[in-house]
Amino acid sequence: MLDGKHITLGIESSCDETAVGIVADGRELLANVISSQIDIHTKFGGVVPEIASRKHLENINRVIDAALGEAGITLDQVDLIGVTKGPGLVGALLVGVAAAKALAWTKGIPLVGVNHMHGHIASNYIEHKELEPPFMSLVVSGGHTNIIMVDDYNTCRKLGSTRDDAAGEAFDKVARVIGLGYPGGPKVDRAAKEGDRDAIPFKRVYLEKGSYDFSFSGLKTQALNYINTERQAGRPIDVNNIAASFQEAVVEVLVDKAVAAALEYGQKRIVMAGGVASNSRLRELITERAGACGIEILRPSPVLCTDNGVMIACSAYYAYRKGETSDLTLDADPALEF
Amino acid sequence: MRQFSERRISIKGVDEMRELGLELAAALEPGDIIAMVGNLGTGKTTLSKYIAEGLGVTEALSSPTFNIVKEYRSGRLPLFHFDVYRLSSGDDLVDIGAEDYLYGDGVCLIEWADIVADILPEETIVIRLEYGENEGAREVTIC
Repeated sequence: MLDGKHITLGIESSCDETAVGIVADGRELLANVISSQIDIHTKFGGVVPEIASRKHLENINRVIDAALGEAGITLDQVDLIGVTKGPGLVGALLVGVAAAKALAWTKGIPLVGVNHMHGHIASNYIEHKELEPPFMSLVVSGGHTNIIMVDDYNTCRKLGSTRDDAAGEAFDKVARVIGLGYPGGPKVDRAAKEGDRDAIPFKRVYLEKGSYDFSFSGLKTQALNYINTERQAGRPIDVNNIAASFQEAVVEVLVDKAVAAALEYGQKRIVMAGGVASNSRLRELITERAGACGIEILRPSPVLCTDNGVMIACSAYYAYRKGETSDLTLDADPALEF
Repeated sequence: MRQFSERRISIKGVDEMRELGLELAAALEPGDIIAMVGNLGTGKTTLSKYIAEGLGVTEALSSPTFNIVKEYRSGRLPLFHFDVYRLSSGDDLVDIGAEDYLYGDGVCLIEWADIVADILPEETIVIRLEYGENEGAREVTIC
């Protein structure tokens, strides 16, 4: 407890980041520490992700210490420990789960295993204090593309997902094709601002009527074919036009399906989550199209869009309030579903 | 470990890619490793999808690029689908605990396998995918 408030510490180590967040009463951010942001010794300047379990193991204790320091509390003041149990890489997940269990056991603190994807959605509760379920959610990141009906805290129905590449992955791959480099998302976003989004007719893939699934893998092939054709014809390649046209093809399908889902399920809010929620054109178009239907758009600030421990703490807090706890047999579940 | 005789196949489109995937899947045994090598857009994930279908995997198989590996346990054999594009060597793959998968009782499909070739066992089935002459066509080499 801190000033009468319930304190939750959340640990996230499902993939690239070792991260720890601390929240008061579920929604007030006290600390947000992400290893890649404090590690100045990365061999590749932070470009290549630290997915190795060994890296998480090296990071975990100092990230926990840094978060406690940032929040200005000690472990004795922590009332609940939340940890990502899946989905993710099994070796990476296990480091977080083992650390969380060790803390919970030695300090006698309750423990809750959290679904990483519920965490992404929960990141919105931190910055939108009035937000409560139910609402429609669009989760878009490097690894995920989902339309989710959120019925209650941590209770979700998956209405659609990608059948091949995730939206963020499509950005990375097309950035590679047109020579913009990694990470592709922000670079394509920037290049697109200088380009014509109607220059190249990239196909919008809607799949079967009424489907909320996505397919983005054809876009990189289209980009490759376009570049080959232009080169063979001796015409110059306008990278900005490719970026703008490609981005529009992804964003339009995301927006159309998210808005259609909100309308079908009678939801007045679409809550965005995941790294691609920071894309400027996506934000612009979804605000415009949803606004025209009287639907409000919420999203977290960029620092809470990427993987972090705050969202895990928040999700754990609401699970605990519903009476959920995990015991010391808690295990990583790499293929955990929504 | 299943031995595939070396062969080259010309594929006209996705239908023939599916046939190949189903045929490969039918012959797979526990412990088999398929290493897929080919440029962006040559059909590595597409072929993986059809191999998964042939194994009877009921979940949708999506790209594992971001997550490096995804597990599917609904088919005839456990399927571990890797994309090692973001890694720089076989050591990186060992670091994420991949040996448990490689020497386990399932089937490993590895996209961009040339990156981690240094740690793959000799019996690995290598599938090379290249663009063919016409749009949609692919040249496939299996050895």
